[in-house]
Amino acid sequence: MSILLNRGSRVLVQGMTGSEGTFHTQQMIDFGTKVVAGVSPGKGGTEHLGLPVYDTVAEAVSATGADVAAVFVPPPFAADAIMEGSAAGVRLVVCITEMIPVNDMVRAKAMIQRRGTLLVGPNCPGLMSPGERAKVGIIPNQNGKEGSVGIVSRSGTLTYEIMQALGRSGFGQSTAVGIGGDPILGLSFSDVLELFAADGATELVVMAGEIGGADEERAAELIGRGYPKPVVGFISGRTAPPGKRMGHAGAIISGNTGSAKSKVEALERARVEVADTIEQIVEVVARQLRPPSGS
Amino acid sequence: MKLLEHQAKAQFRQVGIDCPMGRVAHTPEQAAHVARELGRVVIKAQVPIGGRGKAGGVKLAGSEEEARRAAEQILGMDIKGYTVPAVLCEEALEIARELYLGVALDRDRRSLVVMLSFAGGMEIEEVAETAPEKIAKLWPDPFAGPQPYEIRRLALDALSAVGGDEAMPKSRLLVQLVPLVQSLYALCQRLDATLCEINPLVITATQRLIAGDGKIEIDQNAEFRHHDLVKELGDDQGAADSGEDRLEVEAKRRGLTYVHLGGDVGVIGNGAGLVMNTLDLVKQHGGEPANFLDIGGGAKAEVVRNALEMVLLDPQVKGIFVNIFGGITRGDEVANGVIEARDQLGIRVPLVVRMTGTREEEGRKILEEAGIVPAISAPEAAQKIVELVARSGERG
Repeated sequence: MSILLNRGSRVLVQGMTGSEGTFHTQQMIDFGTKVVAGVSPGKGGTEHLGLPVYDTVAEAVSATGADVAAVFVPPPFAADAIMEGSAAGVRLVVCITEMIPVNDMVRAKAMIQRRGTLLVGPNCPGLMSPGERAKVGIIPNQNGKEGSVGIVSRSGTLTYEIMQALGRSGFGQSTAVGIGGDPILGLSFSDVLELFAADGATELVVMAGEIGGADEERAAELIGRGYPKPVVGFISGRTAPPGKRMGHAGAIISGNTGSAKSKVEALERARVEVADTIEQIVEVVARQLRPPSGS
Repeated sequence: MKLLEHQAKAQFRQVGIDCPMGRVAHTPEQAAHVARELGRVVIKAQVPIGGRGKAGGVKLAGSEEEARRAAEQILGMDIKGYTVPAVLCEEALEIARELYLGVALDRDRRSLVVMLSFAGGMEIEEVAETAPEKIAKLWPDPFAGPQPYEIRRLALDALSAVGGDEAMPKSRLLVQLVPLVQSLYALCQRLDATLCEINPLVITATQRLIAGDGKIEIDQNAEFRHHDLVKELGDDQGAADSGEDRLEVEAKRRGLTYVHLGGDVGVIGNGAGLVMNTLDLVKQHGGEPANFLDIGGGAKAEVVRNALEMVLLDPQVKGIFVNIFGGITRGDEVANGVIEARDQLGIRVPLVVRMTGTREEEGRKILEEAGIVPAISAPEAAQKIVELVARSGERG
């Protein structure tokens, strides 16, 4: 089992014919993902990577039964692409695009909420369920390893680092989800934690947050109310100064909110062990999942 | 980008929000001239940062002579690192009450929020901290915008939070606030702003609502839709020393995501989270990061060279830590970029490169052959660079 994505998921790619779209669609196919269609307005009726291309998401859905949409379109058109996917009735939209105007995302978020569509991202690496041979997004294929650790993170490369470090110590993932580095996101840490709580394949969750916003604090509240599985925390940006946007549009300490200290403290109050380094994440996971014999 | 007060007010006027009469002055003479026309004036430093009043950047002047003297004092003044290039001279308002009105991005609600408070004049963060119940909030439907009935509710909530207010009859307040809030919200949407704020929103002695100050921040990601405006406003701000960090300005020109932090260990990595973590590692090992620099996903040799060159523009940098996780970034390309840059730029400071991912072995081999010792783990690399920088400090 896994969350959000499994071997039955049928994926369409919006912006598949672009260079990023082409490269990553091929990677997804190589990983084993069932990619069934591409959508590029104006290119309907053609083929790309051996797959049919449609002008609209609605056409692609009705012709192929796709239930997941991956968005690889440029920032000015990305929020519209998310809404188009939602309107066409897909269950899950995964938006990789970064630099989307924030007011565009406010509208897209409102619409998908009304329709009950799930959104991962934007400005995210997507997600991967290695045991299900399914990936949507740009997580490097070689980092996928079947296992029982659920990973949820705001950063792309940091997610890969954690997957790789855990993988080298023998710990694979049920599902790894990069929720994105923007201020307006689809699924939050809490949303993903709730999904992991109900997933039979997930024994432990690694949650990698960063400065900015209050999503980590909310997740800590959720865990504090009683969470059925161990959670290992990690917060990056501990040394970041206030008021500076650290790359991710969402990673900024403003006023009294968003500091790493507040997040670490909130997690520790919820009795989450917070690791200082990626190496320490591995140590904590090892301790939690392989308790010393005789205990 | 942040607009200066007079730029924000020009936007307000375009959507029918009342502002005091006034003009920008670049010399004390010009300020005196405005005072001759308007009588009693307020002279205000034009810098893109709050707390001007406390810093002495806002003065009341009752005569031409006083205006000249006030402008003399304020022009060229340093306010939190910004040199004041110009002052706004405005008619002094007869103030009955100061309110706060703002439209801002609310991350937690994933929406814009309209905020109204009778505790105006102070920084809203301060009110939010000390008396959050005094701020009434409204989260409009992003497709419909704030409706009149919602705005009336907002105003009534703000009023009852302070137990009523005598500065203006309730009916008159409601009638004036509805179009004002709608205009401000529409402006926020039209400009792709993440903040449109009027603080204070003044209730005058004659019971009018006038924008005493104005703050607008345009979303960086949406600047492509406002090229002309950004250029026009930027030219206006760039005319004088904007107070922005020179290294950060240069990085922007080069298209790099760079934040100057002031230490001596230069940091380059790919992915914002990874770079933040790299800074943390440097600090954990006793070093002081000089900067944040994210070269992004598909880091090509050219980008790496550009990044190294950028980091070296900071004269305090005594060593550089390059931390690349090759997801879609190829290790061999990164290695070639580092070597090319070292040779072309004649880099003499210690360079520690940590690299994993796609073609990492090729990348490491290329580095080794070129005489750069690569590191496999990030903590190990952090320790190495901090030691090397400390040693170069002892020598120098």
